[in-house]
Amino acid sequence: MLKDITLGQYFPGKTFIHRLDPRTKLIITVLYIVTLFTAHWLVSYALVLAFLLMCLRVAKIPLVTIGKSLKPLVIIIILTAVLNMFYTPGEELVSFWRITITKEGVFNAVKMVLRITMLITGTFMLTYTTSPIMLTDGLEMLLNPLKKIKVPVHELAMMMSIALRFIPTLIEETDKIISAQKARGADFESGNIMQRAKALIPILVPLFISSFRRADELAVAMECRCYHGGEGRTRMRILKFSANDWIALGIGVALLVTVIVLKVFGL
Amino acid sequence: MSELIKFENTTFAYPESSENLAQLVFENLNLEIEEGSFVAVLGHNGSGKSTLAKHMNSVLLPSGGKVWIAGYDSLNEADIINIRRNVGMVFQNPDNQIVSNVVEEDVAFAPENLGIPPAEIRQRVDEALKLVGMYDYRDHAPHLLSGGQKQRIAIAGVIAMRPRCIVLDEPTAMLDPKGRKDVIETISRLNRESGITVVLITHHMSEAARADRLIVMSDGKIIADDVPQNVFCDVKLLNSAGLTVPDTTALLYELNELGADLPLKAVSVSECAEVLYDYITKGN
Repeated sequence: MLKDITLGQYFPGKTFIHRLDPRTKLIITVLYIVTLFTAHWLVSYALVLAFLLMCLRVAKIPLVTIGKSLKPLVIIIILTAVLNMFYTPGEELVSFWRITITKEGVFNAVKMVLRITMLITGTFMLTYTTSPIMLTDGLEMLLNPLKKIKVPVHELAMMMSIALRFIPTLIEETDKIISAQKARGADFESGNIMQRAKALIPILVPLFISSFRRADELAVAMECRCYHGGEGRTRMRILKFSANDWIALGIGVALLVTVIVLKVFGL
Repeated sequence: MSELIKFENTTFAYPESSENLAQLVFENLNLEIEEGSFVAVLGHNGSGKSTLAKHMNSVLLPSGGKVWIAGYDSLNEADIINIRRNVGMVFQNPDNQIVSNVVEEDVAFAPENLGIPPAEIRQRVDEALKLVGMYDYRDHAPHLLSGGQKQRIAIAGVIAMRPRCIVLDEPTAMLDPKGRKDVIETISRLNRESGITVVLITHHMSEAARADRLIVMSDGKIIADDVPQNVFCDVKLLNSAGLTVPDTTALLYELNELGADLPLKAVSVSECAEVLYDYITKGN
């Protein structure tokens, strides 16, 4: 059951987007988010949506996959829509008992739903098309200037990549612990929420203990392989900006500028 | 041959903690490991063999005496990188020593730490992966590989440093028979063909039999140190150390107890079969 977790899933591929430098993709993602929040209304949204669909098409990510990834977030999306619908003051549209739905409310709700789904889909695009290693590499290089103000950039990137490395190992371990506890008669399926939460303790305790043991062993193994922090460390793979990266960045910036201009005209 | 690792009156005790009393593991231990040799260290649980291994690349430091590794004093903290790039270490659980989620990235980890230029790292990674026979898996995610394959990746990760010696602390303890065989084959090939000194800590007799020198430890003392055939002959000594001899030797020993006169040196199955064949045909 735990195998279904799609968080940060990567779909290997060799498309234009897959081959972009991770730094380009990170910057474009940030630009995309800014654009999305600047977008004023209809025309802008249509434009951003077109851009997103184009990216999906180029990266050959099927819409079904996006749908699956959005599934766990449906509740949040619906909640946002409902809250926006009822709590925006303005011109009355429908009114019954103590609830009124306003015209602005409906507009806001639609806007919010669009905004959230596009935001999530857009950021998923980053992890769909970039391997975790490339992602942490890119992040480390982008944040490199922060080292001057003593931000432990290398350490953070290292922690992130180790965390990503151990996700499958820990999922496997959790499955094993669950089976072991079930074999001892533990019951995870019945009872109310409180009882079920309590039933998790016999899973979490061994999981934590073994994680600490793993961390300890990993630290020794890393030291044995001469790890001594980021100082004087080289990388096997060097990230290089190609012409395609500049084109992609150009498109990202153009999108943002267009949306800003459209905002000025109130579109 | 010159010695690569040298224990000089080494004493080690785990320091006293809130839960445990100070525990003396070994005292005034002397041992030399020669460059290019394949040494197996055998002992039951708690005999001090793992502790001994951890002294060989400064994971643990002696509380008394000295350990010289490739000419460096293990107590000198400034030389720690030099020690560790000369003596690599492979541990029991392959899952807990793999750092990256791509095989070749993991093998590149040690050379990256040593600050080697990217083109040379590439070359070393390819070379190391070919040496352990895992080159075809370079793009794979380690968690999808078998235990034996993961352990070979861990070995490749160490060889990429181009060490003079590899210390393996029970590398096959968590593996299935197939993985165990692959790992041991890889280790002996590295020793034979690349001249890397190997120190193999184990409690499997059959693995120890492949070494060219066998050290048996019991209660922190070295009770035997010879070529494996000679050590295996001393069945009483091995039994007293809580170890069982290989099946072949056990069979010959039992037959001798019943009055036969067979040489115990026949450790491999084919040697043993030959000895038995000779005995039976001559007897008739």
